[in-house]
Order: sequence, then structure tokens, then C-alpha cells
Amino acid sequence: MRADEPAADGPTRLVVGPFNRVEGDLEVRLDVAGGRVEGAFVSSPLFRGFERILEGRDPRDALVIAPRICGICSVSQSHAAALALAGVEGIVPTANGRTATNLLVATENVADHLTHFHVFFMPDFARALYADRPWFSTAEARFKAAQGTAVRAALQVRATLLHVIGLLGGRWPHSLAIQPGGVTRGADARDQMRLVATLGAVRQGLEERLFGAPLEAIAALSDPADLARLRQGTSDLALFLAIAEDLELAGLGRAYDRYLSYGAYPGADGPLYARGTFAGGVPGSLDTALIAEDHTNARMEGRGRAHHPFDGFTLPDAADEDGYSWCKAPRLGGAPYETGAVARQMVDGQPLVRALVAAGGGSVFVRVVARLVETARTLIAMEQWVRALEPGAPWCAQGTMPREGRAAGLTEAARGALGHWLRVVDGRIASYQIIAPTTWNFSPRDQAGVPGPLEAALVGAPVRQGETTPVSVQHIVRSFDPCMVCTVH
Amino acid sequence: MADGFNILWVQSGGCGGCTMSLLCAEAPDLAATLSSAGIRMLWHPTLSEETGAEALAVFDRILTGAVRLDALCVEGAMLRGPNNTGRFHILAGTGVPTIEWVRRLAACAEHVVAVGTCAAYGGVTAAGVNPTDACGLQYDGRHEGGALGAAFRSRSGLPVINVAGCPTHPNWITETLMLLAAGLLRAEDLDTYRRPRFYADHLVHHGCPRNEFYEYKASAVKLSDLGCMMEHLGCVGTQAHADCNTRLWNGEGSCTRGGYACINCTAPEFEEPGHAFLETPKLAGIPIGLPTDMPKAWFVALSSLAKAATPERLRRNAVSDHVVTPPAVRDPRGR
Repeated sequence: MRADEPAADGPTRLVVGPFNRVEGDLEVRLDVAGGRVEGAFVSSPLFRGFERILEGRDPRDALVIAPRICGICSVSQSHAAALALAGVEGIVPTANGRTATNLLVATENVADHLTHFHVFFMPDFARALYADRPWFSTAEARFKAAQGTAVRAALQVRATLLHVIGLLGGRWPHSLAIQPGGVTRGADARDQMRLVATLGAVRQGLEERLFGAPLEAIAALSDPADLARLRQGTSDLALFLAIAEDLELAGLGRAYDRYLSYGAYPGADGPLYARGTFAGGVPGSLDTALIAEDHTNARMEGRGRAHHPFDGFTLPDAADEDGYSWCKAPRLGGAPYETGAVARQMVDGQPLVRALVAAGGGSVFVRVVARLVETARTLIAMEQWVRALEPGAPWCAQGTMPREGRAAGLTEAARGALGHWLRVVDGRIASYQIIAPTTWNFSPRDQAGVPGPLEAALVGAPVRQGETTPVSVQHIVRSFDPCMVCTVH
Repeated sequence: MADGFNILWVQSGGCGGCTMSLLCAEAPDLAATLSSAGIRMLWHPTLSEETGAEALAVFDRILTGAVRLDALCVEGAMLRGPNNTGRFHILAGTGVPTIEWVRRLAACAEHVVAVGTCAAYGGVTAAGVNPTDACGLQYDGRHEGGALGAAFRSRSGLPVINVAGCPTHPNWITETLMLLAAGLLRAEDLDTYRRPRFYADHLVHHGCPRNEFYEYKASAVKLSDLGCMMEHLGCVGTQAHADCNTRLWNGEGSCTRGGYACINCTAPEFEEPGHAFLETPKLAGIPIGLPTDMPKAWFVALSSLAKAATPERLRRNAVSDHVVTPPAVRDPRGR
């Protein structure tokens, strides 16, 4: 099936792209009938081959190369690489190293959530086609792409927040500060106070504009009625809630309601956000041995069977015309899973997110709410981590890379579960397989023909008369906060 | 420029990190910086409202000459593979390889700007076996050529301007664009690798807070140590062209301030140093890569003198992750 072929009869076919504001490239092929999407095929039209680039190198070089898969979640990539190396070396970070690493990863994740809401997602509600809605003039003033007052204010808060990485990690993106044994830079008393001041400014900015409420009130939301009450007021969240109700975003973009999280921000007593799955209405444990990538509709060699990442390889099939994406199809126990803030909060049991999904399923609305609740929860944790830093105590444990070994580095990027699977043979990287969050969310169909989560979420999306790039499709796609360069690495 | 300076921004085989870095511009922020210089984004993948067909219409208006293109900014490497078809990156919704779009758009651009080391020279996308046959706009590693060819000159007569860096500092981009908009960037303002000299005429070593350790060759031996990272940990800040330690990143950072080596990310082929990045290759105990402009004999002589004269304070602090021996406090009147 080719994208440029007209459908013989029946549904109209739309090819949507370039899909901007998401990080990287995306093309979506839609079969439309009766004003609704009947089928969706999600394609990543870019391939760079980072897994191949890493093969044969000194394993420690993964800390330089792997983060450069992605400029939006480079610290998460760095963390996954450091965890994989630590696994092979058999070391654990010092307490300071673990706390500082959590601060670095959390900074990037919160910055990503802010960028997503203000720069990637909300500007679609400032499009002229919504000019007849009662909220439009406010949305346009605040969220017009690149110009809106809220967009500009959020970018300033984001720049301030990233000072945390400037101070602790040298720079963002592509810091080398996270190492298998901790971090390369210690903080002293003065640094701690700078971090307190920076996070204080971020808290103030978000409470005043985005939330219109204390972070604690957002983090503690447990009931949909409490959330609805936040519609009173002039915050950006209140505006979003009004728009979501008017456009029924809670009824848009439901996928499988099947979630996975590797667990985020390790601590002495376990991670801040739990590791596990949530499927069929119940939480479960996560067995990573059941993860496998299917190549059936990826333009990759090796279509015969699905591969566990320790057993996987990445050989592009340049001649292939049947596959429709450079993205492989990861499955857990053979089933597609959604990952991201909503998955983390579902697995962790955040009551509001659990209640919203129980009521109407995972949707555009729930994905955005989960991100905002998580932003508040994570910032509160960051303030505690800053106070937990211990100047004078060690920051980085030292290890030795053995000649042989293998390990997985599993962490959470803003947009979900990120895993690096490393095998070292004869002191060199023998294979390095990566499954990024958007690889889960935007995967193509598998051997059984089962669509990936976004492909499933797009079915039923309304298409207005004459739309070439349906706005409902844009809302659904962007609700996942996709990162396409990560997807295909 | 009455009607503004028009930019189109295209991304190909890169990570988007240069755009993400650009959004970190502050004091003033990006929007204020660009608007005060009369710079207007015709389309930018992250910042613009237009998507799909609307975005392609912007490309069309440029190609037909309906809109003037003052600068084409390209982020990410050019992917020539597989087999020179460019099909490892199709511009979504068009069926046409991005490398082909870039060639068409470059032909009608007043200036062409490579944003980041990937777009300039190929960068990390071209590392290892270079699976996608990636190259830069006008360089393939150290060699002229690349996607547009060695002879390419944009309408202004300038070659591709390489705002190299992995990623670029936000102000390297904004200042380059502002100079172009003001008509103030000439061929002689670019260095050997066509990087803007306003940042490439500096070395990362300049302003490095580890300079005192460098002076006495008091070296860090493991990551998180405070000492100079040149001797053992792969730092090439004395050879790397950039102002990272005087301009600073994200408030007050830089790689060496973050405690890890400068890996010379503004240079072509930095992605293949020929050794592990965070390890210094040596010959007879002397680092192979010596500071820029320094004769080897001088370096050897000065190093041995400096090591002999290293104060105990620096010797101890160099191998610690925090200051264990503070500088002595002396009453200047008592000397």
C-alpha cells in the first residue's frame, strides 16, 4: 500500500505532513469516511541509525553519542546510557550522585512538559478555525504560536529552570555530567542556594500563570470535581479546562488504556514514580523479558520474528516498499502499550488520573492533565532533592568496564519509558538497542496487524469538510508529546 | 531593512538540539531578540503554527519568488543514502528527499546558514559506519563538498556559514542572524572552517575555572575531580574554538564547569577522535594533542617545571571533588 495511491473506492486518503512542532518528522496517512478517521498509518520518514553508529565503539563513548539521539530529551538518553554502563560495570551511584542525577533528569522532564503545553500543544487552539468559540480571543492572545503572551512567558520560565542543568550539568542539551557512578560536578553550599532560588522562581512563575494555585494543590488533585473547580480563575490551566470541555477533548484520542512505566527517579526507598504496568483496569508488575520489537511494517531486515532488544539489530531495508515507517513496533507480551506522563501517573496510582481514565479512558484531555499534575509533583520533589544534597560527601563512584557483559538502562523521559540495551564483547559495543517512548506510542502495525497506540487513538477522529490536515488529528498526535528523532534514532 | 529579514528553518538528520538550545536564549528572550533585529521566521518547525499543507505552501511561495528568502537555516546533517537517493529522510507529506528540498531552497536564498555541527560538517550523524551517508551542507567532515558542493555560493556571494557546535549556543545563532540582517557579516569574518569568528576566535580554555590547575599541571585523574582534565580525561579545551567559558551556557555553565572534558564539538570530525572521548591519548607520557600554537618542546619544558612547582593546595584539590585545602589567607600589610 503506497501513500500516494488513491483509494480505489470508499474512504478518502489523506497524507498529512510535515507535522510540525513535534520534535522531528512525522507523516500520518489517514483513511477518512463519513467525516471520521477509519484507519491511520503513522510513519517516521527519517532514519539516522544511531544503534549502528554505536557499534564497535568504546562502551564509555555511549555517554557522548547516545544523548545526541535527541536534543529534547538528551539528559534522559544520557541517564539510560549511564544506567546501562553501570549495569555492565556492576556499580551504583553515590547518594549525592543519584540525587543530582534525579535533579538533572527531572529538570529536563519538567522543561519538556512546559514546552509541550505552551509551544507544541496549546497553539492549535489559537488557530483561526476556532474564531467562533467563546474562549478564542483569550486563547489567541496567550497561545498564538511564537507570539502569545503565555508562550513567551513560559519560554522564560523554561530558560530559568534549565539553569539547574547549567549549574549541575554544565549545559543543556548534551551534558556529559551523568556518569555510571553519579555526576561529574559536586555542589557546594552556594550552589544549593542558587538551586533553591532557581526553583523558587520557577514555582512562582507556574503558580501565578499556569496553575493559578499552589503546586501542592495541583499535586494533591484526586477528584474530577476538584479539577473542574479550577476552571474558575484566569490561569492557563483554567483556560485549558474551558477549551477541553467545549471541544470535548475527554472524548478524543482514546487508545488501548494499557500503560507501562519503568519507574522514575530512584531513591533509597524506591522510585518517586512506581515501575509497572496498568492494563485491563488493574495494575501489574513489569517483566522486561517480555519486551520484543516487531519489524513487520518497519523498513527493517528481520521480519520473521519479534526480537528482544538484547537479541535485536537495526538493518535498514532500503529497497523495501511494503514497510511504511523506519520505526519498529515494540510490544510487551505481544501487546502495544502506551507510555508517558499518563502511564507514570496511572502506574503510580495518582488518584485523579486513575479516576479520569476509569471514567472515560485515556484521552487527549487526560494526557495533558497527567502532564500538568506530574509537573507539580516533580517540582515539589526537586525542592526536596536540592535540600538533600550533601556538599563534601562523594559525588561519583568509580567503576571499571569489563571486557564482556550486558545490561539494560531503563529510565523515564518526559514522554515515557526509555530503554537502552547494551552488550559489550571484547571491550567494545557489540550491540546497542534503544526503545524510545515514541517508539512505543507511534509504532506501526505488528505481524498480527494490530495498530500502534497512536494509530488506534486516531480512529474515530472527526474530520471537518475540506480539512487537509484535520485539527482533531493534530490535537491527538500532539497530546502524546511525540519525539520523532528518538523514535527512529 | 523595512520589510524585515526573512528566515526559513529546515531540519534534517539531526536531533533538534540546536532549536531546543535556541529557545534557551535569555536576557533578552528569543522573541525580543529577533523582533528587535527585524528578523522574521517565515516558518520554523517548532515555533510556527502552520502544519502540513499550510507549511508546504510557505515553501512554494519561496520557490516561486513570491516571498524573499534572506536566510535558509538548516539544522541536522544532509542524508545522501541509501545509494545516493536521499530517501533516509523524506520531507513528510512531499515524497521528496529533504536533501533535494534544501538544494532547491538554497538556490534562492540570500544566505545559507548551517545550524550546528551536523549541518556544518556531518557531526555525530556521520559517526561510525555513517549508516545514512550523512554530510554537512558544504563540508563532508573536514573536506569541502557536502550536499551543496564546494563551489556553492548563496546569492549574497558568501559560502555556507557554519554556526558549528553540538549543540550551538543560542547566542551564536542569534548573533549570526543579527549580523546578516544588519549586512555586517563578510567572508573575512569566517574562520578556516567558515565558523563566525566572533565566537570561533576564542578557545574554550579561555576563562576555564580550572586554569590555575592547568598552569601547574595539577591534573584530575577521575571524573568529578577538580583538577585540569587535559592530561588524563580527554579535555581539548586548549585546542577547541569556542567562547563557552566566557559566554557561558544556561545561566552559568560550560562543559568544563560541569566537570567533564571539552570534546571540541565545534570542529569537523569531532565525533571520531580516534580514542575514547574522556581519555587522553599519550605518547611517552605526553598528551598527543598539545595546546594550539604551542611548540612541543616548550610544552614539555614548561610542564615539567610547572609540575615541580605545583603548590600542595592544588596538588590535593586537583584530585578531590570539593576544595579540601583553601587558599591561604595572608595579610597583605604583613609581607
